[in-house]
Amino acid sequence: MHLPISDKIELNILHQNSHQAEKNKIKFNNYNLLCLNIMSSPGAGKTRLLEITLEDLSKKFHSAVLEGDMTTNLDAARLEKLNIPVVPITTGRACHLDANMVSGGLKLLEKKINPDSLDILLVENVGNLVCPAEFEIGEHFKVALLSITEGEDKPLKYPIMFREADLILITKVDLLPHLNFDINELKSNIASTNPKADVIEISSITKSGFDLWQDWISKKIVKFKNI
Amino acid sequence: MTKCLILSMEEWAEKKNKEKIVVEKINLKIGEFTCVEPISLINTFNAAVLGSWLDSSQITIETIPFEGKCSKCNRLYFPKKENGYKSPCCNFNLEEIISGRELKIASIDFKEK
Repeated sequence: MHLPISDKIELNILHQNSHQAEKNKIKFNNYNLLCLNIMSSPGAGKTRLLEITLEDLSKKFHSAVLEGDMTTNLDAARLEKLNIPVVPITTGRACHLDANMVSGGLKLLEKKINPDSLDILLVENVGNLVCPAEFEIGEHFKVALLSITEGEDKPLKYPIMFREADLILITKVDLLPHLNFDINELKSNIASTNPKADVIEISSITKSGFDLWQDWISKKIVKFKNI
Repeated sequence: MTKCLILSMEEWAEKKNKEKIVVEKINLKIGEFTCVEPISLINTFNAAVLGSWLDSSQITIETIPFEGKCSKCNRLYFPKKENGYKSPCCNFNLEEIISGRELKIASIDFKEK
């Protein structure tokens, strides 16, 4: 045996994922396809949000979904009813989508449809407020949902998720009259964690806020595609 | 995260001729403002590499403090959850992060067989 050698590499642990995410982004850009990474805890309303959003969005833009789920295709089956291309990605034991999984999903999508014909790809991540925040997938924007039943303190407890998000959707606001919940405290906690994020209050029951959310998406697509 | 660490080590070892080296220490720098709990990373790594070429390696972790910069007065401060991550000097929201997001393999100590 020789004396120990110290190899100073200063290498990001996630560099392989970051490298694949960059490759995904280049592909999205070549297809002129805007990609949103939709994240939240389980049950915050991601799939319902997409169902309602895509009903209207599909009238103006060509959309597709990559649907991340740990064990089932239940959410993908719901979205397939909207007659848009949906690719389920079952992660097995993994609690988040990574860039490789999304690359695989994109390859399956390419078999279904030419992505050149699409305007927007919505990626529904696995329900989890921790790991998805650290794993880039090549998205252009990150959207985090937070339902009011989760509590005002969640941006402080899971700060990386809310720090990384470009847009935070506060969901289930139709329940506000029935809960002891301080929405101003939640907004203050969001602002202190991420003062730059856009914030929209939304309800999938009353549809309040959907006009703002649809407008946010439309503006991003138009700007991205330089229409 | 453990899987990413092992994949990074595999990639590094390919350049070194894995059969001819023994990794003694993997020295990590992990920021306080990441989704990584150091002790969990060590435990899962130790379990994952049992019986593999990394079996005899040890992980050391240098924790990098979470530090922000007050946008009003430019002072550096350590954001605290209890204070909503705001600057104690001006009570400003956390805008600029100086450190704490690191997830790095700083260095690898190894011996040649």
